[in-house]
Amino acid sequence: MATLAPEMQETQQDTNHRPNIGGNRHTVIELTVNNHPGVMSHVCGLFSRRAFNVEGILCMPMDEGRLSRMWLLVHEDQRLDQMTKQVSKLEDVLDVRHSGADHEVFVKLEEFFGSGRIA
Amino acid sequence: MISRNGAQIITHLLERQGIRIIPGIPGGANLPLYDALSQSSSIRHVLARHEQGAGFIAQGMARVSGLPAVCLATSGPGATNLLTAIADARLDSVPLICITGQVPLPMIGTDAFQEVDTYGLSVPITKHNFLVRSAAELLDVIPRAFRIAASGRPGPVLIDVPKDVQCQMAEFEAWPEPGRPADPPAFDLVDIERAAASINAARRPVLYLGGGVIYSGAGRLATSLAEKASIPATMTLMGLGALPVDHPRAMGMLGMHAARYTNLVLEECDLLIAAGVRFDDRATGKVEAFCPSADIIHIDIDASELGKIKPAHVGIVGDVGKVLEALLPKVETRRRSEWLTFVAGLKEQHALPTSTADDLRTPYGLISRAARLLDEEAIIATDVGQHQMWTAQAYPFRRPRQWLTSGGLGTMGFGIPAAIGASLIRPERKVVCFSGDGSLMMNIQELATAVEQNVNIKIILMNNHSLGLVHQQQELFYGNRIYASVYQSQVDFVKIAQGFGMKAYDLAVSSDPAATLARALGCDGPCLIHAPIDGSESVYPMVPPGAANKNMIGGEAHGYTCA
Repeated sequence: MATLAPEMQETQQDTNHRPNIGGNRHTVIELTVNNHPGVMSHVCGLFSRRAFNVEGILCMPMDEGRLSRMWLLVHEDQRLDQMTKQVSKLEDVLDVRHSGADHEVFVKLEEFFGSGRIA
Repeated sequence: MISRNGAQIITHLLERQGIRIIPGIPGGANLPLYDALSQSSSIRHVLARHEQGAGFIAQGMARVSGLPAVCLATSGPGATNLLTAIADARLDSVPLICITGQVPLPMIGTDAFQEVDTYGLSVPITKHNFLVRSAAELLDVIPRAFRIAASGRPGPVLIDVPKDVQCQMAEFEAWPEPGRPADPPAFDLVDIERAAASINAARRPVLYLGGGVIYSGAGRLATSLAEKASIPATMTLMGLGALPVDHPRAMGMLGMHAARYTNLVLEECDLLIAAGVRFDDRATGKVEAFCPSADIIHIDIDASELGKIKPAHVGIVGDVGKVLEALLPKVETRRRSEWLTFVAGLKEQHALPTSTADDLRTPYGLISRAARLLDEEAIIATDVGQHQMWTAQAYPFRRPRQWLTSGGLGTMGFGIPAAIGASLIRPERKVVCFSGDGSLMMNIQELATAVEQNVNIKIILMNNHSLGLVHQQQELFYGNRIYASVYQSQVDFVKIAQGFGMKAYDLAVSSDPAATLARALGCDGPCLIHAPIDGSESVYPMVPPGAANKNMIGGEAHGYTCA
């Protein structure tokens, strides 16, 4: 069972400071997960079967391949708290954190795609 | 150094977990496991006739005992046949361990014979699942599977084991400890204080008790809370038995087929104490209109249930029993005579109209007569449909785990195999399965298993030659256009049962149906009791799907009317 990091207990005020990319408010969910085949389908399956759209997804191995870090770019939505609780329940998810859509990883990825905009 | 193959490791770890009965069906990809099982002196295998039957037999064992139960299937169709029983266990939070055979590792992904992506198929319907890649991994996976299935909110775990992994040898120093449930989450005493203050301040509180109360063994504590603070209590379909039916504070089931007064009381309450429930739509009706003037205290072991459907004023993540234990001393003794008088008044006017209850040709008559012939020890299982709702409304449940029904998934075909499982694990008890002709035919092959195991189950078949609840909805909500819900051919269920080698009694041809029912319920071993029901019988009251609970059709206490 994953533990919820203190970063998640954010106030409405925090969310108001989020950048407004492409007309939609986004946020980044950062997951630490066990690295084995199937984890990706557990995480993505959870979002799709609860009809919660994932705009961007990035996954890289860490800790010598024992773990992976996943970054999910999602819409800021009233169901976000519910999705966070659901994803925390997955056995292979060890940690869940939130950060703003200006998370470095997606900003740099934007440069790579050269579009200059997300969504 | 211990040296065993994968199949032997699984078998011995199951023995160490205390598993004594395993339903299942062998096939090509799990034969090594069956070979190892054949050498076990403590595990008895129960051969089902369909993997879904094996899954529900294991569910019956788990629902009655509260402990994880195991079932086996081979790869491909064996695994896909299990899926319904797994999905059912997921929605009703039943600890189930499914071990499936898989094609050998090098053949995975080649579209081999009887290959299917069991891991992928089971992701959305299990609490967790494993594809095991080496025999040594089993030493970790099997105990973990038991821990996961039984910890927190229980649920099904699937372990997919390729055939070559079953045959592979592993060497290890010692056997791992059996998997045991983790400690329930700790809760904040500040929340307990807040909940107690809300209860003490409430003028019209109601307890809303669900399956979580049953699973945490908190029936007695919930009853104490209802008594001490004079709080009327309603139960969900899964929560029936939390309070004895004849307890002065018990109001029976809520929601779609509740007694009118129960839903009307909920309309008036100012505080809803929701324990081990998930605000299912069959219970709440239109959510916005559910308990419109109530604050909510929500207690559940699954954090994601809090605020999922309805926001709670006080949310407590924890084991319901532990939370109620902490809460009870802080709740003040109250008489709340004004509120209880109001509730009694509503009950007087709008109780469930079960009064026609002596005619065995009517559903309520049949159920209450059967209940009078049984004692509190009896376990009651049902299939899904009208008979299930009539039983939920009218059977006098007096204790937790007395009642086995498919609540969340609503699986027709649940009844017979679940009853078999219940009887296997509690052979000293009588198990009665209320079923309908639609449901019975969805797992009728398990009659053979019942006869082979000589289990003490009595199947009361309410036969209306139709899919009754579908028929009822077409009648009420589809302009009485009855379509595809009436069976054109008449099945002779008595002959069918006899063909399986089962005793059968027919109330239709009996000159004294009451005596025949008594004889049937008193006989040894499995039997089928055929009880014809008028096809026009409906389950009332009924809240139309999607409507608010106050909009009930039928079921008036005075003057039974069809809408």
